[in-house]
Amino acid sequence: MNAKNLSRLAIYAVLGVAVFFFLAPLYVMLVTSFKDAEQIRSGNLLSLPQGLNLESWQLAWSSACTGVDCRGLKPYFMNSVLMAVPAVLISTAWGALNGYVLSMWKFRGSDLLFGFILFGVFMPFQVVLLPMSQVLGFMGLSSSIAGLVLVHCLAGMAGTTLFFRNYYTAIPRELVNAARMDGAGFWRIFVRIVIPMSTPILMVTLIWQFTNIWNDFLFGVAFSGADSKPVTVGLNNMANTTSSVKSYNVDMAAAIIAGLPTMMVYVLAGQYFVKGLTAGAVKG
Amino acid sequence: MAASLHIAGIRKVFGKGDKSVEILKKIDIEVAPGEFLILVGPSGCGKSTLLNIIAGLEEPTEGELRIADKNVIGMAPAQRDIAMVFQSYALYPTMSVADNIGFALEMRKVPLEVRQKRIKEVAAMLQIEHLLDRRPAQLSGGQRQRVAMGRALARDPQLFLFDEPLSNLDAKLRVEMRAEIKRLHQLSGITTVYVTHDQIEAMTLGSRIAVMKDGVLQQIGTPDDIYRRPANTYVAGFIGSPTMNFIVGQSSGSGAEGRFSFEGGTLNLPCPVTAAVTLGQRPEHIHLSDDAAWRGQVSLVEPTGADTYVGVQTAVGMITVRTAPSTLVKVGDHVGLSVSAAHNNWFDTNSGMRLG
Repeated sequence: MNAKNLSRLAIYAVLGVAVFFFLAPLYVMLVTSFKDAEQIRSGNLLSLPQGLNLESWQLAWSSACTGVDCRGLKPYFMNSVLMAVPAVLISTAWGALNGYVLSMWKFRGSDLLFGFILFGVFMPFQVVLLPMSQVLGFMGLSSSIAGLVLVHCLAGMAGTTLFFRNYYTAIPRELVNAARMDGAGFWRIFVRIVIPMSTPILMVTLIWQFTNIWNDFLFGVAFSGADSKPVTVGLNNMANTTSSVKSYNVDMAAAIIAGLPTMMVYVLAGQYFVKGLTAGAVKG
Repeated sequence: MAASLHIAGIRKVFGKGDKSVEILKKIDIEVAPGEFLILVGPSGCGKSTLLNIIAGLEEPTEGELRIADKNVIGMAPAQRDIAMVFQSYALYPTMSVADNIGFALEMRKVPLEVRQKRIKEVAAMLQIEHLLDRRPAQLSGGQRQRVAMGRALARDPQLFLFDEPLSNLDAKLRVEMRAEIKRLHQLSGITTVYVTHDQIEAMTLGSRIAVMKDGVLQQIGTPDDIYRRPANTYVAGFIGSPTMNFIVGQSSGSGAEGRFSFEGGTLNLPCPVTAAVTLGQRPEHIHLSDDAAWRGQVSLVEPTGADTYVGVQTAVGMITVRTAPSTLVKVGDHVGLSVSAAHNNWFDTNSGMRLG
């Protein structure tokens, strides 16, 4: 075996360890969710289940109890969908428009404004919890899904603006000038020229925002009411409900259900994510 | 329809107060209908800024600008009825070639059938009919250049603007597209303003050339004028390749008694004034002759095929001479140089301005 093969082997070994590190918990969660209580008690953490027992999945989805409420994870999951879909779409559209203005229609002080917007990317959100709840109260949006959508749009806007602004900076100015001479205005240039060129960054932003908003716990726990808790908060409450027997299989199934949408999004659109992050200047 | 272009007292200042930079200093140019005007100069001379001002992409700090006798200051680019070809072509990457060409018409709400007919006409004119369904990324450099011109032609504008359109092409394609641009201009007769830093493009394309430097118009005239009667040493040195030889010396006498003496030689040449002057002499107007009194040593022989340029080191510096390719001189040879009384360019040594 020569040195080249040896280094190859070392690379695969390192990658293998990384894969094991990330996939082992998922494996344990999956096999546990398919076991019944008896198997969990008697068996080994890593052993395969004795069959595909879907009972715990059904329980987790529709009838597991959180306190006295025994509707499973389903209502929280629906809350998360109702919260995440509009919040992702609005924050992405908002960021695209901001980025378009800040890169192609610069005005006096626009770079300074962008600098201020960047604060929003690095600011710890705990800082705004109290003022935000005041604002939501003034607006009559406390404890509502609409309130959560608003919070996520505001929190995500800085990041989406950064993504789009930096992507659009690489688009040659001459392209905008050509469109201006052709007779297109601000909105036409945005819709007909700029948006069609944005697929990679659009994908990155959509995945990024969906993952952030779906997985968010802080805003969910701080601003939701009894009927507007997102799935992350629902999962936490369900797993923490104390009963005589800990149903690990149900908790595992519930955790996978809560995490499934972000995994699906990454599997379906992940190739764009990698492409979008590495895409440089747009060749005309 | 050809339009005239009237540029008067155009100034452009960037920045404010101490940090302000004057990019254009009172530019006056009149362009007659159907003319092909070249703006030429080194980078940073303000030629592209002037073009952007004509296009309406930038506003001048002060000055007058009229297209077809209509004041266009403050008017949006789209309303000026002009079309522009950009250096990077600026084709819309997500649209087909046909949509690229038709975009301006679509923005002007031209009906679909008329638009399609016009796209076909323009494509035929540029021989790009087979490319209409392609995306810009699938085209070669020369094809993109053609599409960019097609986009400008489609609208049949009053005025064409070109911003260094050939600088991204390789040498062979550049010559080809240069001929193409000239052909299209002759075909359409549309008034054209063309920015370049390439003096060969300037000489071959322009009906008139405006040479700029540091925001100041140095000279404007026909290519012949600019080449034969440069207004100052800057224009003389900028236009022509290899560049004009400059010999700094002192003139005396007049008519047949005229003498021009300089370090290492004296020539029997009449100069319009008796003063410290600089003689500008193009390489084709200096000759190698064995019995001449002005001597030098050959330090460079450059065959280009049609001509051979010989660099001769003399007491006043390097002198470039154009000779026939059959020349036998070699590096290191001692040669004599002669200058005839025809084609002399005299400049004031201090001001650099042309004399007579």
